[in-house]
Amino acid sequence: MNIVVCVKQVPDTATERKLRSDDKTLDRDAADGVVNELDEYAVEEALRLKEAHGGEVTVLSMGPAKATETIRKALAMGADKAVHLSDDALRGSDALSTSYALAETLKKIGFDLVILGSESTDARTGVLAAMLAERLGTPQLTLANKVEVDGSAIAIQRVTDYGYDKVEASLPAVVSVVEKINEPRYPSFKGIMAAKKKPVETLAIGDAEISADQVGLASAWSEVVDFAAAPPRAAGTVVKDEGDGGVKAAEFLASKKFV
Amino acid sequence: MSVDRILPTPEAHDLLDLVRELAAKEIAPRAAADEAAGRFPRDLFTLLGSSGILGLPYAEEYGGAGQPYEVYLQVIEELAGAWLAVGLGVSVHTLSCFPVSAYGGAAQRAELLPSLIGGELLGAYCLSEPQSGSDAAALATRAETDADGYLVDGVKAWITHGGVADFYTLMARTSGEGARGVSCFHVPAGLDGLSFGVPERKMGMRSSPTAQVRFDGVRLPPESLIGSPGQGFRIALAALDGGRLGIAACAVGVAQAAFDVASAYARERRQFGSRLVDFQGLGFMLADMATSIAAARALYLEAARLRDAGRSYGTRAAMAKLYATDMCMKVTTDAVQVLGGYGYVEDFPVERHMREAKVLQIVEGTNQIQRLVISRAVARGNAQ
Repeated sequence: MNIVVCVKQVPDTATERKLRSDDKTLDRDAADGVVNELDEYAVEEALRLKEAHGGEVTVLSMGPAKATETIRKALAMGADKAVHLSDDALRGSDALSTSYALAETLKKIGFDLVILGSESTDARTGVLAAMLAERLGTPQLTLANKVEVDGSAIAIQRVTDYGYDKVEASLPAVVSVVEKINEPRYPSFKGIMAAKKKPVETLAIGDAEISADQVGLASAWSEVVDFAAAPPRAAGTVVKDEGDGGVKAAEFLASKKFV
Repeated sequence: MSVDRILPTPEAHDLLDLVRELAAKEIAPRAAADEAAGRFPRDLFTLLGSSGILGLPYAEEYGGAGQPYEVYLQVIEELAGAWLAVGLGVSVHTLSCFPVSAYGGAAQRAELLPSLIGGELLGAYCLSEPQSGSDAAALATRAETDADGYLVDGVKAWITHGGVADFYTLMARTSGEGARGVSCFHVPAGLDGLSFGVPERKMGMRSSPTAQVRFDGVRLPPESLIGSPGQGFRIALAALDGGRLGIAACAVGVAQAAFDVASAYARERRQFGSRLVDFQGLGFMLADMATSIAAARALYLEAARLRDAGRSYGTRAAMAKLYATDMCMKVTTDAVQVLGGYGYVEDFPVERHMREAKVLQIVEGTNQIQRLVISRAVARGNAQ
């Protein structure tokens, strides 16, 4: 099975993240780049499927040169090879144009199964899996906390507010995963050393036949008009217990969908 | 805050990154609770093993990582800073593998080393006895030669991982008195006649079992012997030269961890309208702490580089062990002082660091023995 895992380098959520004042895109130099956390679960799931069914795991990442750090991490975990889509023309791409660029690249490199994290910790649109499936003309199986492959059949458990849906399709397909699906492995030191020797193919947009006029900041369907720093956390709501504290606490939790 | 390290290769930086991630995410968060409960974190050694960290200085052909001591020791330092029981445990394990690696025959190395350093197994090192500590050459455990190999009787004391290890590297007497009558053996756990005392109730490192290892008619096949008969004491001392550097690295790690807490506290805590660090009395104390940590790190790294270059390094290793562990005792004690009452309670880790520091002045040669080693080198005129 030919599995492609899409991984994204995002600014470390533990550091202060900023937007650039000039074009209001993410300031990638302001924070350390790390692997988008959910993508580590995607890599782990791909490795487990490979271990169970054989095949090959390819890492696909779109991002600036610095994203090679993220690619190396995925290779160190055990992926076999990587494709790095990197081009200045891609800077500022929104979700729609990102899905277009990734879809064109996926068509070029081929796949039986595409796995990605259900959202990134920076943009958090959570729509890429659906967009990719639509552009590739494949089934989309999103928000999976369990994936099973049997020959060309694939089934997932899709997490919902009320439990899970069982979704079945046939390969090729696009799957997005949530963090409940597995426990990502740490790369071993040997894995880190081996990763340096694994092939990483770097593609510019021309190599993947991506049209420059459909990607980048200028082609984005959405525009960041203005932004402001998040206000400091306000004081919490104080509920005085007048015999109904339990009810009020339960109402609060229900209003936030915790119960 | 991570220490800025000069490392010899890019892969060593990657290794340290991996170790820092494991330390921060998997090791440090469990230290306080497992220490309080006296729970040995065997699973963390399994994780370190699968990450390739239990055989760092050993040859790649046997499954090691072929890393110089300079790198291996900085890994130990990071692990010990997160949790001494883990950092010292890896150091003891590495020490236990040394005799087979350095003195084992080709067949013995090929058969034993891959499993010893491959990550699944955990080792222990059996030299001390109840009545034979600093005077290690007076050890009384006997390995009598007979038709089938060796028959071992005796008691080993203060054995780190006693009862939880998968193999025991044993020094036992095969002939007359003194250092020349000692031989070295590889003893897998689970043999008939091998039993363990109740783990000692220690001041610190309570999660790491320290126990007597008792040999009561334990049968060892002839191929258990490492090196030649009578070579055991020399093997033990050579192993300890490396082991002392491991302890020095542990001491720097614990001191750095205590300093990180104390200095952060001193920058935040305000009294009389000022940050603690801005009071010269405390600022100077912290300056001395930072300086002595940096000096100890430089000293153990210099000894490690001598070793890596194939030079004689035993005296320098003794200096590093002596200086780093005395430094660690002082720095952790001062860290408790910086935090005042908060330093003395378990809500902050510095009281644990202080309890951990004490054992480092004792193990793998007390600091008095280190001074003896160094002063003998001075007497010979080659203390450098």
